[in-house]
Amino acid sequence: MEGVAALALSGVDKRFGAVHANRAIDLSVAPGSIHGIVGENGAGKSTLMGVVYGYYRPDAGSIRVDGTPVDIASPQDAIRAGIGMVHQHFMLVETFTVLENILLGAEGGALLARGEIEAREGLARLMAEYALDVDLDARVADLDVGAQQRVEILKALWRGARILILDEPTAVLTPQETDRLFALLAKWRAQGRTVVLITHKLREILAITDRVTVMRRGAVVATLETARTSQDELAELMVGRRVLLRVDKRAAVPGAEILRAENLRHVDVRGVERLRGVSFAVHAGEIVGIAGVSGNGQSELVETLAGLKPLAGGTIVYKGARLGPPGTADAARAVRHAHIAHVPEDRLRMGLIASFAARESAILGYHEDGELGPGPFLDPDATRRRTARLMAAFDVRPPLPDLRSGSFSGGNQQKIVLGREIDRDPDLLIVGQPTRGVDIGAIEFIHRRLVALRDAGKAILLVSCELDEILSLADRILVMFDGRIAGELPRAGADEKHLGLLMAGSAAA
Amino acid sequence: MTGDLPRWVDLGLLPLANLAAALLISSLVVLAIGIDPRAALAILVHGAVGYPEAWGYTLYYATNFVFTGLAVAVAFHAGLFNIGGEGQAYVAGLGATLVCLGLDALPGFVVVPLAILAAAAFGAAWGAIPGWLQARRGSHVVITTIMFNFLAAALMTYLLSNVLLDPTYGSPETRRFAPHATMWTFSELAARLGFQAPRSPLNAATLLALAAAAFVWVYVWRTRAGYALRTVGASEQAARYAGIDPARTVIVAMAISGALAGLMPVNEVMGSQQRMVLAFTGGYGFVGIAVALMGRNHPVGVCLAALLFGALYQGGSDLAFEISTINRDLVIVIQGLVILFCGALENMFRPALAAFFSRAKAPA
Amino acid sequence: MMDDALAQAVSLLASTLRLAVPLVLAALAGLFAERSGVVDIGLEGKMLAAAFASAAVAHVSGSPWMGLTAAVAVSCALAGVHAYACVTQRGNQVVAGMAINVLAAGTTVVLAYAWFNEGGNTPALPDPARFRAIELPLAAALSGVPVLGRIYAGVVSGHNILVYAAAMLVPLVSFVVFRTRFGLRLRAVGENPHAVDTAGISVSWLRYRAMFACGALCGIAGAYLSTAQGAAFQREMTAGRGFLALAALIFGKWMPVPAVLACLLFAFADALQGRLQGVELPGIGVVPVQAIQAMPYLLTVLLLAGFVGRAVAPKASGVPYAKEK
Repeated sequence: MEGVAALALSGVDKRFGAVHANRAIDLSVAPGSIHGIVGENGAGKSTLMGVVYGYYRPDAGSIRVDGTPVDIASPQDAIRAGIGMVHQHFMLVETFTVLENILLGAEGGALLARGEIEAREGLARLMAEYALDVDLDARVADLDVGAQQRVEILKALWRGARILILDEPTAVLTPQETDRLFALLAKWRAQGRTVVLITHKLREILAITDRVTVMRRGAVVATLETARTSQDELAELMVGRRVLLRVDKRAAVPGAEILRAENLRHVDVRGVERLRGVSFAVHAGEIVGIAGVSGNGQSELVETLAGLKPLAGGTIVYKGARLGPPGTADAARAVRHAHIAHVPEDRLRMGLIASFAARESAILGYHEDGELGPGPFLDPDATRRRTARLMAAFDVRPPLPDLRSGSFSGGNQQKIVLGREIDRDPDLLIVGQPTRGVDIGAIEFIHRRLVALRDAGKAILLVSCELDEILSLADRILVMFDGRIAGELPRAGADEKHLGLLMAGSAAA
Repeated sequence: MTGDLPRWVDLGLLPLANLAAALLISSLVVLAIGIDPRAALAILVHGAVGYPEAWGYTLYYATNFVFTGLAVAVAFHAGLFNIGGEGQAYVAGLGATLVCLGLDALPGFVVVPLAILAAAAFGAAWGAIPGWLQARRGSHVVITTIMFNFLAAALMTYLLSNVLLDPTYGSPETRRFAPHATMWTFSELAARLGFQAPRSPLNAATLLALAAAAFVWVYVWRTRAGYALRTVGASEQAARYAGIDPARTVIVAMAISGALAGLMPVNEVMGSQQRMVLAFTGGYGFVGIAVALMGRNHPVGVCLAALLFGALYQGGSDLAFEISTINRDLVIVIQGLVILFCGALENMFRPALAAFFSRAKAPA
Repeated sequence: MMDDALAQAVSLLASTLRLAVPLVLAALAGLFAERSGVVDIGLEGKMLAAAFASAAVAHVSGSPWMGLTAAVAVSCALAGVHAYACVTQRGNQVVAGMAINVLAAGTTVVLAYAWFNEGGNTPALPDPARFRAIELPLAAALSGVPVLGRIYAGVVSGHNILVYAAAMLVPLVSFVVFRTRFGLRLRAVGENPHAVDTAGISVSWLRYRAMFACGALCGIAGAYLSTAQGAAFQREMTAGRGFLALAALIFGKWMPVPAVLACLLFAFADALQGRLQGVELPGIGVVPVQAIQAMPYLLTVLLLAGFVGRAVAPKASGVPYAKEK
């Protein structure tokens, strides 16, 4: 690399409690270049950029901009240093007009009038130069996501950013909009300015970047010239050589079809289509794994199957009969009555209640069970007995039913949830991220229980962003990308590179 | 962010520190009006518990606060802040009064329970409407219950000055209830049992308050419905996951909350006044907020906090009587400070305590 | 007959204006708080404390301006406590507002009782210690002119300075909220504090400033009650006006001019109710005063529930700000 780096990080380290999000990161971004940062979920990309933008204070390390050390304590410092950021979740005030959003924090004086006139002129120039057409007087809430992103870019440009960081900018864009964005970034580079592009889509990295840094588990594993690398190499680096956890497991003996999803569609509250026609089947005695980078519709799939989110189309057939429409409290109850168990991906938001005693979290969803007390009453001894039994069977430590749920470690919390769901003898178990935030010992235990359940002839649908987990547990692997099943592979025929490509939307099965 | 404190610190020391801060500032107010806080405290304590009659009054006030405090506590467990206890109690007084006046041809053992049920039902309805408006129409229960307090006041003023008023009196109040259509006073009860008790407004509603506290404990922590209620209060998402309907639960919680506030007139109207007078709720609905916050929304805590406030109200009257420059509104000051320190600033001392205990725990 | 009706109308409108002033000031105060993301049910308490402070200081100093200064200072101090609880400590905003109401209700009476020994009120203020009516130029000369002259003399002229101040504050607040940097940031922080934070602006300091603006306006409202409209502090003299102002603010969908119009409507109803007492209206009969009193609250409930229009609060109001993670 010639000259002084536009942005240089050295030894940046950041922890959130027990999570080591960034491990001694060194990064150097050349001026007038587009620098890609790739990595799986949780690799630490967004945290790193949060540090650069002054959103998080690093525990250690330093930042230089154009060779000058800068202390970035707040976004204000970052803006002053010429850094602009387009967040994955837009930082826009929806009730404001486009112009008001751009002015916010860069008003140009105590009264708005003058700054407004200046901004209109300046923005007109910027919009013409970069082909960023938006109606300055439109309300942001009325704009589509593509236009909202253009507003975010205009915001950064108007503040005089020389280094632009974009966090997963194409996640919400159509292919045409993506092309437009890339044309803009290329032009920006041609003018000698700098772009940091965070993404997990390898195709985009190859299409636009000059250099690419691969992150894995909070650390930088490689920085490469884009021209001298390939999707295959990047996928391998991103996913890593998996040290597969040993799970002793026989070949699956699939039985009757238990669950069949037909053309499922889901539209979220913001009107975005999250499931775009998902079809697959799960049989008794097999584990079907759904792999994919999170945010590609996996959560929505799980929640519609569990009765929690409504469908915009499609049918769910369970043991040969159609399930009623999901999305209501009654539907969630009906699903449970039909012996479908659900271990939710977000333990603390849904799976249990941190402020409840373990014995109360251990009956979540089953508080109507007859054995837990006479008539309308809940007998604490009955819940304690059931919890003690679960705790023994699932090796929960400490085995104290009256301890606050939030006081258990992640692994033990997960064992409580899993125990609760398996205990009711389900015919189908839907598990989301079963080992997220769980220590190694508990991971092994949980994996063994899932395989045991399969061997007992139950159907399991496993959703995980951890590829190792999918590879060690699943008998069949489906990859989700952009609300669709991008491909299906038998476990035997699945290799990591191919999976990585499918997950990044770069290959057909 | 809860910063794990030892349980006794979390449940004991922290609330005590908050209460101490409230009392400290209160004594500054007393100092500001030129009175020695220690002397004032001595009179207050004597006035609250120093002689038998005082106990009667203290317990009588406390009874009101148990009802309104429980009302706030139950709603709180469902994640709702019911500031409408005042209005719910006021409208509930109408239910009790209608039965006591209209059905007093019936014997006491029929009319009194009916009146209690009517009070609870009217209170429940006045609470359930804001609950329904939040659950189904998306308007926030805090603002709606405030508005319902004013609506209740307007409605009751109209009824008392136009419909229910006893024309022989000058002031807007109903006629006295028939003796058999009232709650037994403690002195009456004592007389029947053959001993003498000092005259005070203390009446059988106090026993009802204890029963209500027991009911709340059982309902919230020992029933399936209470489990659902707490689940909704802790996490609406977890509730949906568990197949619990948050909307239905919110409406039920507000109805129960309203019913509990609605039992307050059993003490005040059927027990103490034995007729309905204008504004008989006297701000006791708002005291319930302080009581619930101080009692940490647990029935035992609510009863203890209600007792403290009962003592403050009764002792405060004596204090105002003894020291001419002190007014019994001093109690309101303390109440406000308790709401501030035990409620809005409840975690102010937490970081300091957490730092202290983590240092203490760390090996030397 | 015509003349009589005009006289009635003039006096009705004049008293509407007088009754509207504290509501307008408190509603504008609430607008600053709620637009910044702090739900403020403590308007009542701040106003009450200010009313006491201004009457007490005006009584001692003989100057209504000293009283006004004290009122603003006390109200701002309470607003500071409110902000400390809600912004710094991230406490429950409703509880904090409630605490301020109860605290003010108790403290004013206790202090008044001890210091002035008049049963919780302050002594009646002599005229020089009050804000007195101001005759606008030419009012007397024009009062002979039919209709317009009468309205000028009877409705526009003859109020105290705080009435005119309130009238001028309405466009001023509107200007601040919609045409200044502070206003832009204020509106943004109540909708999306994350956007404000990432734009390099301190969320906390912004909310503190909004709360102080709220405190200052409540201070003027309180001073108006005890040293302009009235001539002494009386216990509970705000009598729910803080909540009525809150209702007006909701009714005006958190916009200055519509909120002020709602205040005028509520004040008009208030002015009307005294005059309607016992009067038989054709086709309706006697309307109970309480029905008119209840109207603002009922309208607010219906509005919030979406039965008449829809009022959507600033999205982030009521939620303490914390960065993710």
